[in-house]
Amino acid sequence: MVKVRRPATSETLAGRTWPIGFLLILIPALLPAILPIFYTYLLALIFVMGLLAMSLNLVLGYGGIYQFHHAVFYGVGAYAVALSITRAGWPAPVAFLLAPLASGLTGLFIGWFCVRLTRLYFGMLQIALGSLLWVIVLRWYSITGGDNGIHDIPIPSFLRQILPAYYFILAVVVISLLVLYHIVRSPFGVTLQAIRDNAQRCQVVGVNVRLHQLVAITLAATFAGVAGALYVVLERSVFPSMLFWVLSLEVLVMCLLGGWYTFLGPMVGAAIVVTLRTTAGRYTENWTMILGILLILLVFFMPEGVLGFLGKLIARVALPQGRQQEFKRAESAQAEEKVIPGRSSHE
Amino acid sequence: MSEILRVEEVTKTFDRFVAVQGVSLSVEEGTIAAVIGPNGAGKTTLFNLITGILHPNRGRILFQGEEITYLPPHVICQRGIGRTFQIANVFPRLSVFTNVQVAVLAHQRRSLHFTHPAERLAIREAEVALAAVGLLEKAGQVAGTLSHGDQRLLEIAIALGTEPRLLLLDEPTAGMSPEETVATMKLIRRLAQERGLTILFCEHDMEVVFATAYTIMVMHHGRILAQGPPEVVRAHPEVQQAYLGASDA
Repeated sequence: MVKVRRPATSETLAGRTWPIGFLLILIPALLPAILPIFYTYLLALIFVMGLLAMSLNLVLGYGGIYQFHHAVFYGVGAYAVALSITRAGWPAPVAFLLAPLASGLTGLFIGWFCVRLTRLYFGMLQIALGSLLWVIVLRWYSITGGDNGIHDIPIPSFLRQILPAYYFILAVVVISLLVLYHIVRSPFGVTLQAIRDNAQRCQVVGVNVRLHQLVAITLAATFAGVAGALYVVLERSVFPSMLFWVLSLEVLVMCLLGGWYTFLGPMVGAAIVVTLRTTAGRYTENWTMILGILLILLVFFMPEGVLGFLGKLIARVALPQGRQQEFKRAESAQAEEKVIPGRSSHE
Repeated sequence: MSEILRVEEVTKTFDRFVAVQGVSLSVEEGTIAAVIGPNGAGKTTLFNLITGILHPNRGRILFQGEEITYLPPHVICQRGIGRTFQIANVFPRLSVFTNVQVAVLAHQRRSLHFTHPAERLAIREAEVALAAVGLLEKAGQVAGTLSHGDQRLLEIAIALGTEPRLLLLDEPTAGMSPEETVATMKLIRRLAQERGLTILFCEHDMEVVFATAYTIMVMHHGRILAQGPPEVVRAHPEVQQAYLGASDA
């Protein structure tokens, strides 16, 4: 029996991440000991946004689905916590469990309509349905507080300090990422990647493409809801802008920036965007201009994102000579697919 | 021998263009049947109708005695019809092995499973399918890096992964060198023999067809001109005029 060798792609190289993953748990766990409070807060925010971006990447990078309005599920999760604590008066644990559930159901609902459409139309309908939810949140003053949002949400007292909040967020994010990693490697995850590569071929090997896409959207929305709940832990406030399409775009940019064919890429992208916003944002309101320039450079020089680029760099240095050739061929074969994932024909 | 596939009076139009017009055909279990005809004769449309990628305007399609006319493609595949495409149609970013594994997992109805990592599942089945087409040694390669001929073979392996009763091959030798063509036809005969597989393929290369198929259907302008064993089809006057004559000239 011939031993099956794993292919040398940037995807699998960057996917061989468990030692890195271990460090990514250990270092953040120790960092608050030496960091000022503000940077601890910033790290927590990066984890929240990173989880949001990684949940998007389940459908975007792995599923090849144009999820243009992912922020809606994040906002729904945050508002689910805020409303069930302040309006319904439910205990916080219930509220926190309700958030992913509410987001997942919203994902199922919106996804159910959207999977009937392909590609760009999928994205357009999603923006339309998501904006509908945003308007409801923005205008329904008596319940959601309208454009004021909801502030000083009485979360459990032990979470009101930054350090416990930080560790709570870190723990939930780590668990979520482990679950996401498990999903990506499961038969479902592999099938999802096959759908991304070639939806029609998937159909004729007996895969119900729409059902898989719907499950992926629901899962992604669920994890976005977890991120939304974590935001409430960190900020104790919610705003309608959490459901606004601008945030969706920002999350999309995080995936591109970090590398959407890699597992941890979106987390790297979130770190870049959040850091940029807080540091450059201190000097100029036009910090998005810097982000814009970064994006232009990215499209030309690192179309697979930071982590995708690093993966290739490592491959070039570390691979034995024999596999270099193989890797180069893999690169050229994928070159045409760099910019748009799942470019191949669908229906 | 029993009938495995029956197409009855099937018509498909695109806008006003009639791609397939009142086509009826029947395929016996365990045989190799071929649809021949020039480009644009409607062969690929016919295959798309049988596999549910397109639905006909009129007519019925029966597989193993059951109607499958309006079923979605994935259900038709689960019933036991596998296929390949005219242009190599693989999962370019996945490894050769994973390409086949996806098909095996779908066949085992495990593609919605979350509990185990996929890399430990369906290994033997995928390796058997890859070995059948001679691609086992390239299992670790990224599918998009394979040569054109190997991608065509991978397509067959993917289709075999779903363990079909009937395998539809859409121009399996398109773009292949003469040597590759001979090898592929040999492979098709071997698959039919060893696996008891029924194969329906379409081609425009006459030599290939007459040397391999037990039954031949000639398609022209969306219609079936003749149907039968090679010698009968070859002698058919309408066929000679419309197709054989033209290609001999």
